[in-house]
Amino acid sequence: MRDCRDITILISKGLDKESNLTERFAVGLHVLLCSHCRNFQTQSKFISKVAHRYTEYLEDRLGKDRNET
Amino acid sequence: MLLNSGTLVIEERLSEQVLAEHRPVLFRYALLQLRDNELADDAVQETLLAAWQLSATFEGKAGLRTWLVGILKHKIADHWRRSTREVVASDFDYIDIDDVERDEDDFFMSNGHWNSGPSSWNDPEAALNQQEFWAIYETCHNNLPPKMAKVFMLRELVGLEADEVCLETGLSDANFWVTMHRARLRLRECLEIRWFNTTKKGKHHA
Repeated sequence: MRDCRDITILISKGLDKESNLTERFAVGLHVLLCSHCRNFQTQSKFISKVAHRYTEYLEDRLGKDRNET
Repeated sequence: MLLNSGTLVIEERLSEQVLAEHRPVLFRYALLQLRDNELADDAVQETLLAAWQLSATFEGKAGLRTWLVGILKHKIADHWRRSTREVVASDFDYIDIDDVERDEDDFFMSNGHWNSGPSSWNDPEAALNQQEFWAIYETCHNNLPPKMAKVFMLRELVGLEADEVCLETGLSDANFWVTMHRARLRLRECLEIRWFNTTKKGKHHA
């Protein structure tokens, strides 16, 4: 039986596309019952999204700074 | 004849169009270091021009993008040399991995259960429109150990592929995703404490 520590590692591997079908199944089953790991999964995806958008935000902010000075 | 067609292939691979496909990734990389839109744009432009001129020397061993990032790093270093600002940009180039091993235990108890696990976040999407949220994100990213911050940045902010990040940082494949995992644990906790649940206090990494 995999514990939360193991499951979160598999969740991360999944985000980096390195998990296999068995591992994804184990994650799917675990997060049905465990809200902490479910939160970790959705929040990790959200953090990826934030990271992808960060440079857009930075470019926008730097552009504004330049216009204001 | 054979030689001729070989040259043709290389020229085709490094056409302006092929090079331009890498522009967004190069721009993000340059922007994160130079923190100036125009300087970043110039550096990328110079890089693509240099790459085009150097096409013949590209051997294709390391992959085109790794080669381009290598040229871009030189352009960025040139910039720092020319400018009067004292910036330790070269920090960015060095990475070793010895202290990544120690901190997972802070997040989990010895039985593998969460040590005060993730709570649910109220409307995370709304945060994306708030300036203050992005400032918090910056703080959380900067609070990561430098090596971890660099790996996470190259993969998630710049958008390099995992194998390209490993080439850039000298990490093995296994160390790469362990590092990514720990970065997520830390970023997640930091955002939770500093933004989503400001009443939750007293943790170690925020």
